[in-house]
Amino acid sequence: MALQVVTANRIGDGTVVYLTRGGGWSERIADGQVSRSDEERDALMAVARAKAEIPEVVEPYLIDVVEEAGVVRPVRYREEIRAQGPPVHPAFGQQAAGG
Amino acid sequence: MYRYDEYDQTLVDERVRQFRGQVARRLAGELTEDEFKPLRLMNGLYLQLHAYMLRVAIPYGLLSAAQMRRLAHIARRYDRGYGHFTTRQNIQYNWPKLEDTPDILAELASVEMHAIQTSGNSFRNTTTDQYAGVAADEIEDPRVYCEIIRQWSTLHPEFSFLPRKFKIAVTGAPNDRAAVRLHDIGLIMRRGDAGETGFEVIVGGGQGRTPFVGPTIREFLPKKHLLSYLEAIMRVYNQLGRRDNLFKARIKILVHEAGAEKVTEMVEEEWRHIKDGALDLPAEEVERIRAHFAPPPYETLAAAQPAFEEKKRADGAFATWADTNLAAHKVPGYAIVNLSLKPVGGIPGDATADQMDAVADLAEHYSFGEIRVTHEQNLVLADVRRTDLHVLWRKLRDIGLATPNLGLVSDIIACPGLDYCGLANARSIPVAQRIGNRFADLKRQHDIGELKIKISGCINACGHHHVGHIGILGLERKGEEYYQITLGGSADQDAAIGKIIGPAFSSEDVVDAVETVVNTYVELRQNGERFIDTYRRVGKEPFKERLYAAA
Amino acid sequence: MPLLKDGVLVDDPWVTVDDGTQLPMDGPAMVSLERWQAHRDELLGRNAPLGIRLKSDQSPALIADDLDRFAVVALEFPVFRDGRAYSYARLLRERYGYRGEVRAVGEVLRDQFLFMLRCGFDAFEVRDENAAGQWREAVSEISVVYQPAADSRTPVWALRHRRSAAE
Repeated sequence: MALQVVTANRIGDGTVVYLTRGGGWSERIADGQVSRSDEERDALMAVARAKAEIPEVVEPYLIDVVEEAGVVRPVRYREEIRAQGPPVHPAFGQQAAGG
Repeated sequence: MYRYDEYDQTLVDERVRQFRGQVARRLAGELTEDEFKPLRLMNGLYLQLHAYMLRVAIPYGLLSAAQMRRLAHIARRYDRGYGHFTTRQNIQYNWPKLEDTPDILAELASVEMHAIQTSGNSFRNTTTDQYAGVAADEIEDPRVYCEIIRQWSTLHPEFSFLPRKFKIAVTGAPNDRAAVRLHDIGLIMRRGDAGETGFEVIVGGGQGRTPFVGPTIREFLPKKHLLSYLEAIMRVYNQLGRRDNLFKARIKILVHEAGAEKVTEMVEEEWRHIKDGALDLPAEEVERIRAHFAPPPYETLAAAQPAFEEKKRADGAFATWADTNLAAHKVPGYAIVNLSLKPVGGIPGDATADQMDAVADLAEHYSFGEIRVTHEQNLVLADVRRTDLHVLWRKLRDIGLATPNLGLVSDIIACPGLDYCGLANARSIPVAQRIGNRFADLKRQHDIGELKIKISGCINACGHHHVGHIGILGLERKGEEYYQITLGGSADQDAAIGKIIGPAFSSEDVVDAVETVVNTYVELRQNGERFIDTYRRVGKEPFKERLYAAA
Repeated sequence: MPLLKDGVLVDDPWVTVDDGTQLPMDGPAMVSLERWQAHRDELLGRNAPLGIRLKSDQSPALIADDLDRFAVVALEFPVFRDGRAYSYARLLRERYGYRGEVRAVGEVLRDQFLFMLRCGFDAFEVRDENAAGQWREAVSEISVVYQPAADSRTPVWALRHRRSAAE
């Protein structure tokens, strides 16, 4: 079972966010709630879709992640860039905060 | 340039109000994202990898100094201090908030600008020759017709839900600087038998995953029929363009599948019903619009400018820039000045708010207060006295806009790529930066001569890689970035689609590969041949051999 | 489905009859193109108003010669993105001179009303009754038009010179 987290963009300002354990949204993927089973995954997406209805966020979707030494990282490079900020602008996004 | 009258102003003001209401409905949850998406796209608002992105229309690339200042202000107040000039001669902002977009549109409306139809399946910004109105080789100023098309195509009730986006380009000169054969519709100003002017009409060119050089469907269309003929083309396309497959929905696929002859026949049949009707603009309206493009009050100057020549002799760096970044102006004593947005190691097409403000000032001092944006992602001051060139050059140098690389190996078109774009497979900007750094030696660039490199981060080809002399297409394979090289493309009057040279290169190797291609050309070239001339003479084999010899 | 005509909700007297279903003896009935083509004589023999419903790949050119038989031509928007019916509506009005009702059916959204109206639609099947409240705003929020269409609005290029001629 692949590990996954839910990501989306915040409705008002478009910022990339991750669904957290408390059912909120964080700009840090590290705060993301990791699903470890089909049931957990479906439950997370149900929460996210409900929040997209409000609307708190836009277009929530699941991404595959890996956990290395307790740190959550996206599998795909695209999602790594999305999580960190554009590599050509190191001052923008989470990369500026040191990850 | 064209100035709004009360009608034009009313429309953009109403549009801002309308969009403000739509955004409010969205934020209140009355509109779902599915319902809101086409509405925001009709106003140029995308959701990209990191944030929303707002694309602002710059009709046929023409800006006043006041408009440029407003763009700078928007970059500072609502974004992160910069903007990105695009291949549709527009500008886009990468970090606007949805909540702020109605205010941004209101700021734009206050200087006669908008973001209408900069996205979505409708007419996009009509583009043209950045030297329109001043080029020595021009038959007639195409901007008059661009403006007529802009108005006709704005909120067109019949064609706002086309199968796919639709791009029109117009050139008034035989030397094509607007890539008209690579557009859904391309119009080239021609002279008829009696010396009157009209248009050659090209339909079904395009890039993307199936690139085509568009065929001519009409050799000569008298100008008065322009809108009825365009409407006939659009009506055929709106009914018959494919809607079953996003990737086959552009008009080029209809032209390809039905054949240019059949499409011509259908267009002419439709046109027969609507020509000489309500779409014939009254002559006084054409003249009203034309008056907005009257030449500025040029001084009477000598063609020979000894002071300018003297400065060139005295200052080698100035001479290099003048020889590279200037173009011939139709009025004696004036020059067209290209401002490079491609500094070595920079992001192609990006400009900071401070640079925009500075360019606005320079335009007011030296070029009748107007600026043009080019589809190659540079800026132009079109009407500069030759005697002012030296001081202008120094001021441009101070703000980092005097890189003497127009048309050279580092004057690269690049799409935003995976740094920003949700559709991209690979990054584009860093490849452009690394090529720029590799060829940073300007002497070497000048020795290499005209060479157009164009980079796209995916097959949608926003970076025009199909028509690069050297084209680079980013791919993703097992999570790694790869780059496929094409050679021999061209966007000008000899438009051609580049040919894939062989297996793709890793990110690490792609810059070496480009250098190998360039070195091969330098070895093979004869008597002042440009890269593209040599390629056309020798074909791709010698390049292929060199590139893959080691493998 | 609620029906909007001239900006107000009205009772829809029309029954849309599926191809497999028996036609009602009387009352206005709307049929498919296929049914019309297969049972033309039978349909013309009915002593009640007839309407036709065209799918988005069915051009009104297919019924151009018979338009006077129909009191309603309904044009389908299977999804709002499918814009073929805008052209069909203009052809009906401007090419074929059709004066009956041109009805928009399918995915008909508030933000399309103005475009549809301009192309010659005069009746709209809408999702819910709120649409009536939205109608007036939706069709009046843009007052300037740049092109002639099937409605009576005057393009600005004509207004500009009408005005200057009067000055």
